[in-house]
Amino acid sequence: MRYALVPLLVLIAALLGQPALAFEIEAEHRFGPEGATNELAVLSTTDISFFAPLAEAFLARQPNLALRYVQAGSQDLYRAIDGEGAAFDLVISSAMDLQMKLANDGYARALPADLVAELPVWARWRDRLVSIAQEPVVLLLADAALPDGMAPPRSRRDLIALLRDHPQLFAGRIGTYDPRISGAGYLFLTQDARMSDSIWRLAEVMGRLDARLYCCSGDMIAGLLSGDLLVGYNVLGSYAAANLPEGSGVQAIALEDFTVTLQRTALIPVNAPLPEAGAALLRFLLSDEGQLIQSRATGFAVMRPETFATQPWLRPIRLDPGLLSSLDSMTRRRFLAEWTAALDQP
Amino acid sequence: MSPRAAPSLRRRLMVQLLVLSAVLAVALYVAVRLGAERASEATLDGILGAATTTIAEELRSVEGGAELDLSPGTFSMLAAMGEERIFHRIDIRGLPVTGYDDLPLPPTTPTALEPAFYDATYRDADLRLAAVARSLMIENRAAPVLVIVGQTREGQRAIARDLGNRAAALGLVVFLVAVPLSLFATGTLLRPIGRLAEAVGRRGGHDLRPVRHPAPAELMPLVEQLNAFIARLRQTLAQTETFIAEAAHHIRTPLATLRSEAELALRQAGDEPTRARLRGMIRATEESARSANQLLDHATVLFRADQRAQDRVELGAMVSALADRFRPTADLKEMEITLDLPAAPMETTGDAVLIESALRNLIDNALKYSPAESRILITLREDEGFARLDVNDRGRGLGGETQAALSKRFRRGGNVGGVVGSGLGLTIVSETAAAMGGRFALKDRKDGGTCATLWFPFSS
Repeated sequence: MRYALVPLLVLIAALLGQPALAFEIEAEHRFGPEGATNELAVLSTTDISFFAPLAEAFLARQPNLALRYVQAGSQDLYRAIDGEGAAFDLVISSAMDLQMKLANDGYARALPADLVAELPVWARWRDRLVSIAQEPVVLLLADAALPDGMAPPRSRRDLIALLRDHPQLFAGRIGTYDPRISGAGYLFLTQDARMSDSIWRLAEVMGRLDARLYCCSGDMIAGLLSGDLLVGYNVLGSYAAANLPEGSGVQAIALEDFTVTLQRTALIPVNAPLPEAGAALLRFLLSDEGQLIQSRATGFAVMRPETFATQPWLRPIRLDPGLLSSLDSMTRRRFLAEWTAALDQP
Repeated sequence: MSPRAAPSLRRRLMVQLLVLSAVLAVALYVAVRLGAERASEATLDGILGAATTTIAEELRSVEGGAELDLSPGTFSMLAAMGEERIFHRIDIRGLPVTGYDDLPLPPTTPTALEPAFYDATYRDADLRLAAVARSLMIENRAAPVLVIVGQTREGQRAIARDLGNRAAALGLVVFLVAVPLSLFATGTLLRPIGRLAEAVGRRGGHDLRPVRHPAPAELMPLVEQLNAFIARLRQTLAQTETFIAEAAHHIRTPLATLRSEAELALRQAGDEPTRARLRGMIRATEESARSANQLLDHATVLFRADQRAQDRVELGAMVSALADRFRPTADLKEMEITLDLPAAPMETTGDAVLIESALRNLIDNALKYSPAESRILITLREDEGFARLDVNDRGRGLGGETQAALSKRFRRGGNVGGVVGSGLGLTIVSETAAAMGGRFALKDRKDGGTCATLWFPFSS
């Protein structure tokens, strides 16, 4: 009896010493010196490779700080904060709606007033949620998709026409997000539907051509690079810019009827162990240096209001509780049902 | 002992005005704060109710249940003002189907399509909630549906607070402006009282005319009471003077008889002790008669000073006539009366009887208190816009007494010796001078004797 308790105690000790993370982690990396007294925990949807230069530049001026970077999908990230109350000091996600819901539901801590005051109104919600980067959602097109001498499509109407006119070429070679498993994909689709009805016609065309559904932008880009795919619809611009070298034969197109522009948002959870360190990192990300590093990595001017003036087709997603409506379970069910119906042609 | 002062009117008015403006400022703040809160609350309730009703109407029944397409615009609109937090919940047949399962339910079930509003605390936030009930046909059966939408009201409270603070600032300004204004107002309000007091204070000691100074209606009872008091005082004084005059008159006649009888007896008396007694008696009678005369004179002065007759009196002529009248008396003591009068006439305006009485008393005094064979010099000249009359004698001087003391009724100098007198003469002179708007001075001369000086204003 006495010995029977030992394994249980060991298990409890293990659980207490190293809190188990029940949500699914895509990757994890630790930056900074080994003997650092404090460890800042960041939970993010951004790839580690993108974040690494930022983390290194930030830690260079924080001698006694290390940074544990946990990368997760946007749904997992939401569940980690909402359901499990995981302890992180900064949470960065491209799923604006889920971030909005976290902030609305009271999981976000009030940010320092000076940090919030410098941001334009469209780049923050109250003092809880701030935008650290903006990036368009683009169309990826392989050069092989265009018959000789044909100009690339400039709008969804052009794209639909292109796909309809060459069904043999595109059958099974179109990729897009699966909104049922990808939070970002669902967000992009609902925003598309909000802007225009053309998305439903596009869905029907893609369904007829047996479009393939993906969880992430990276997989789609890999498919295009390998030649499996000719078209990638709704791909995060930052991934495209970073992973498509010159002469790769794939171009990123910002459709001119409208191009949904995503804001990458950050919040500090209420249960953050080191909220000041989280705020310091956030301040660095918003600083000129942090913004420069981000734009170098993604190729897009971030957080610059003038971008919207020079590229009028960019439609920023409004950072307000309007985002919550598409998260309503009934609304979501209805929307996905409609999407599935459009995609699955009899 | 001065009367005990009640709290100052000025201070009381000031304090009351300031308290009033402070109360007004606070009332302004509270009214604006509450008003702003009520108004914005009503407006926001309207929006919240409309949004909830819209969502309820968007519920459709489909095969196998209900379908809802929440519009982002509805939520954006609800959140727009002050970036509020939004929560919603939809129950069908009493079971939550979407939204926040634990959002507080309304205290009473709302009636169809009429939103019910209530407050609740949820997830550490104070929420304003609206609930709308309707029914939906699901699987051929009517199912009750409850739609609840809640929002925080931080923006509204911030606006109400801001408005309240502005009102408070305005109230403070009103209060600060009220300080100098109430100072000014109390000053203006109390000025008539000061003016009236000054007007009463400026009056001469014997001026018993009613107060005619213009006064505000609120002060009129005081003025009327004061005038009634003055009238009573005047009457009492008049009665007293009349009584004294009557008494003096009634004493004078028997005294004259007594004196002539005593003189007769003195002439017929043979033995020296009787004669001595009779002489003493005559002197006492003389003294009494003189006192009675002066009492009569004094009563006349008081009476006539009130009458304020406006005769034109040529002082030179009057002095000459009086000197002529006193010359026989002066001759008896072998004294000389010398006049030094200006060539041009000198006129003053006043009561001729009073002025003559005053001059007569002065000359009489000079004759009485001067030794035999001395000279009395009377000069009349202009002095700083006044007619100045000096009566110089070689008498005993003031004997260390002050002029004020000697001018009191029945007060005589310590050095009068055996000279007969009532102590009323200088009183008459000084009261006459005051009544005529002039002045009276009495001082010792350097080489013995007294100089009595009267100033009278010239006729205009």
